[in-house]
Amino acid sequence: MCLAVPLRLIEISGDIGVVEMGGLRRRTNLSLVENPKVGDYLIVHAGFAISILDQQQAEETLDLITRCIEKADGSSPEKGEA
Amino acid sequence: MDPLLLREERSVRALLKEVDALLERVDRELRIMEVCGTHTMTAHRSGLGNLLRKKGLRLISGPGCPVCITPDGIVGAAAALVTERPDIVLASFGDMLRVPTPKKHLLHLVPAKGSTVKTIYSPEEVLDIARASPGKQVVFLAVGFETTIPSIAWTVEEAERSGLKNLSFITCLRLVPPPLRAILASGESGLDGFIYPGHVSVIIGSQPYEFIAREFSVPGAVTGFEPVDLLLGILSVLRQIEGGEARVDIAYSRAVRPEGNPAARRVMASACEVTDGEWRGFGAIPASGLRLRNRDLDAFERFSLAYDFSWENMACGCGDVVRGLIEPEQCPLFGNPCTPEQPMGPCMVSVEGSCLIHYKYGDTMWTG
Ligand code: SF4
Repeated sequence: MCLAVPLRLIEISGDIGVVEMGGLRRRTNLSLVENPKVGDYLIVHAGFAISILDQQQAEETLDLITRCIEKADGSSPEKGEA
Repeated sequence: MDPLLLREERSVRALLKEVDALLERVDRELRIMEVCGTHTMTAHRSGLGNLLRKKGLRLISGPGCPVCITPDGIVGAAAALVTERPDIVLASFGDMLRVPTPKKHLLHLVPAKGSTVKTIYSPEEVLDIARASPGKQVVFLAVGFETTIPSIAWTVEEAERSGLKNLSFITCLRLVPPPLRAILASGESGLDGFIYPGHVSVIIGSQPYEFIAREFSVPGAVTGFEPVDLLLGILSVLRQIEGGEARVDIAYSRAVRPEGNPAARRVMASACEVTDGEWRGFGAIPASGLRLRNRDLDAFERFSLAYDFSWENMACGCGDVVRGLIEPEQCPLFGNPCTPEQPMGPCMVSVEGSCLIHYKYGDTMWTG
């Protein structure tokens, strides 16, 4: 139930939004989040957006992981490398 | 920034190194409860659960699957309603409708004349179903924790606003922190830490778990559902254990704020009030449930329903599984005869149920 891939908000009309992931679009109820904006990444649960992702916090987590990787193998990870 | 880092094997490998170093320093067997069924899924599907166990860290699943903790009495009441009364449309989430009873699960029961059972994905679908079926009484078997309750509450209020007379609710709305108190107070679990559910915490924030650190000195961290998130959560619990501290850390700060989601909580509080709640495996827990303020919308009142505990399946070990007292494999029915094709209890039905997850991924070992 919690499988939470963040979805990008691409359209808002009133309390209803359209979210998108990999070309797939879905209607989402926006009544439970404050000030959603087009371009925001949302966590959607059972058809309702419940959280707007905080980009800055996301970057901090990614930085933390990057530092861990650097520490672990002593090399800077290159973007896009699998 | 590369968001794919959250998915990459090298990220998991690097975090596992840190986990190893901490486990070596702590140097004893540890038991950490992951409360949310989706964490159980992350741990087992990725194989991290088995790998960590080999390293001396056992992840125990807790009461984190709403379908699994819904008592049989509530499912029984819904079954009685749809088999005995004509012109009922019973709607619920797919997993809930496949929970076995000594007869058949709700989707396979033979409904009374004019009655049907419908699977829904989002609570708000019941509004359209009710509008489209003016001659029927639509009943939503609404189960969930704080993640789902706000959307159910919004649906309840929307039904009131639009004056829908043919929609009511059988609810099993439950709050996550109270059973954790019950588990700790019983002293039976011997837990060294908690991984708190990410999306319940999106709504309630971190404050409602503070009592666990303060009163029971048990560390914990809120985290998300990628394997990397799980490891970040485990790392912050291990650091607290190493330092002899107990806090509620948030290792999922991109989605969870300490104050939670106040807008969602307002909707929840406006439609629902706190009450004692029945849980499978626990019985009644004080102030652990919510009920609708508008009693006219409660199907128990509208149809004079009674909890039907004659449906209780005594052989199934789910009650002990959701309390973290036994592993699914320790249930004598696990795998024979209880399987995903022929489930004997809700934990083998729900995608968040420990038995189903262990059955599917029990041998999976992280090899990255
Ligand atoms: S294995 Fe089946 S019967 Fe046993 S606890 Fe799990 S769901 Fe219940």
